[in-house]
Amino acid sequence: MDELNALFHGFSTVLSWYNLGMMFIGLVLGVIIGVLPGLGGPNGVAILLPLTFTMPPTSAIIMLSCIYWGSLFAGAITSILFNIPGETSSVATTFDGYPLAQQGRAGNALTASFTGSFVGALSGVLLITFLAPLVSKFALRFGPPEFFAVFLLTFCSFVGTDKKTPFKTIISMMLGFGLAAIGMDTVSGELRMTFGWSELLRGVDFLVVVIGLFGIGEILVSMEEGLKFEGKNGRINLKVVLQTWKEMPRYWMTLIRSTLVGCWMGVTPGGATAASFMGYGLAQRFSRNGHKFGTGEIEGVIAPETAAHASGTSALLPMLALGIPGSATAAVLLGGLMIWGLQPGPLLFTEQKDFVWGLIASMYLGNFVGLIIVLSTVPLFAAILRIPFAIVAPIIIVVCAIGAYSVNNAMLDVWFMLLFGVIGYVLKKLSYPLAPMILALVLGDRMEDAFRQSMLGPGTGLHVFWSNGLVGTITTLALIMLFWPLVSLLWRMARKSGRDTVAQH
Amino acid sequence: MDQQQTQGRPSGGGLSHSAVDAITAVVFFAVGVVMMVDNHRIGITWATDGPESGYFPFHIGLIICIASVAVFLKAMFGKHRNQEIFVSWARFRLVLLVLLPTALYILLIQLLGIYVASALFIAAFMRLLGKISWLKTVLVSVGVNAVLFWMFEVQFMVPLPKGPLEALFGY
Repeated sequence: MDELNALFHGFSTVLSWYNLGMMFIGLVLGVIIGVLPGLGGPNGVAILLPLTFTMPPTSAIIMLSCIYWGSLFAGAITSILFNIPGETSSVATTFDGYPLAQQGRAGNALTASFTGSFVGALSGVLLITFLAPLVSKFALRFGPPEFFAVFLLTFCSFVGTDKKTPFKTIISMMLGFGLAAIGMDTVSGELRMTFGWSELLRGVDFLVVVIGLFGIGEILVSMEEGLKFEGKNGRINLKVVLQTWKEMPRYWMTLIRSTLVGCWMGVTPGGATAASFMGYGLAQRFSRNGHKFGTGEIEGVIAPETAAHASGTSALLPMLALGIPGSATAAVLLGGLMIWGLQPGPLLFTEQKDFVWGLIASMYLGNFVGLIIVLSTVPLFAAILRIPFAIVAPIIIVVCAIGAYSVNNAMLDVWFMLLFGVIGYVLKKLSYPLAPMILALVLGDRMEDAFRQSMLGPGTGLHVFWSNGLVGTITTLALIMLFWPLVSLLWRMARKSGRDTVAQH
Repeated sequence: MDQQQTQGRPSGGGLSHSAVDAITAVVFFAVGVVMMVDNHRIGITWATDGPESGYFPFHIGLIICIASVAVFLKAMFGKHRNQEIFVSWARFRLVLLVLLPTALYILLIQLLGIYVASALFIAAFMRLLGKISWLKTVLVSVGVNAVLFWMFEVQFMVPLPKGPLEALFGY
């Protein structure tokens, strides 16, 4: 019951006018950011992060996490009304959402998706409330080798779960580590990869990279596609909402299934995008109406949205409990923690009680308020998309430039932003995943520190990572995850040859 | 390397998808080599107190090299090569239409300060690419910058680069 007490304490922190105001601003900004092409969760948070340097950390994280919820909600608006996924995690929502809008049932689709999202997010927050304190208590036993092993597990499972382009995932991840290593080495004070350039001394800031890759890169991609928005009308009234809600309980199985998938994919860094596709795929396979998917089934909207939101929310669990983010946006939030002077990791739960429980309480409240905001104001946000791209694009670029500059008050960062924009454009077109790069960039220094701290002292070597049962298990698990495609291939071959020999006898 | 790159090019038109894929792999390989060379200079062996500073990044560079060779081979000789043109000239022109003005804009920030440069950039973009009426253009470009100025300089006190115009008003 400790958790409940702490949670109520958290609510009392959140329920001040200032924090509620921040929550509202965050949600509205988040929806706008999610609706606009070129602005999404990660870089929306990155641009606004410098504004929060002077705020109290609790209010800052409430605002930034609400931006995240808002942008997750907004992904569905563009998918359903415009057939354009505002976020990659809502690609699967277009399959059934847009046909529904074409049939004039956009209101139902939107209500269903928002409600599904809400259910998914709520389950994610519940999971965080009760599981995260346990995980962090367990992780208090971790020393540097254990932490390195957990980092390793995170990154290896990224590679192992990527069936299409594992090597591109590796490259993207390693580039992130490389960028993190630029500048002064924290242990020895030596300069690494600055090539005699004094401005590189402080390293490349992850916020600048995020703004470039996701902001400018996205604008370039959208520009090439020649955006022309032809949206459907998305008016929602109370009658449609109630009617859809009456229909929702029928899909309880889909809701539960997608929630489980989403929570799992969020805690392990599978990502919201993969979760939404899996949620959709599973619903299609097991639902009675599965054969009708793709032609405008409410269930086909609920499934991916619930999974995406559940995963997006539970991605914060490892971030809070272990200091390891489960998604790109969570990585940016984690970077924010460090900027505000909080040390991420299992100690956060014991040392920064107000902060952690304030954040968790704000998740409950933020998702509820978010649901009401999006349900009541969809037409307003949809109108934003009807503004010509020639007006929206330069404003986004200006906002990105300001965001990049204000991180360090350095002009060089703005040029870096442009450079990373071009890199992001090329990489996106070649289907390199970008989230691993951001994760590696944020975690790089800490992972290296963990590695070198475990190597301190005489007689050390890589065998440290198998020195006791706990660290050995995690390291072995990490290696299995890394070579998972190979392992499963060998397993299948072994079984096949085994069957052949049995058949011969 | 150069020879293989030219082979990847389809006759006429732009570069194919797989050719660009191969070229980026080569670039990443070079990045990996640079990382390895620079960190080798610092030291990549084990000192008395554990690994030296270059140890970690050196191996990162090594992994980049290995992975980029794999991507390169897949792009050049893989079964499912994407031979479609990476980006047609007409579309790439649109990309340049954003990219080059943005570069010019960043240059202008250094000369005129961020607010004046932003107003000019938004106005030029709307007028030249969007063909939007003068009145709207002026309203949007000046209005957006007024809001930004209020938010950053007055509300949050984040100093942004300012030029001669702001100096005139005493900021």
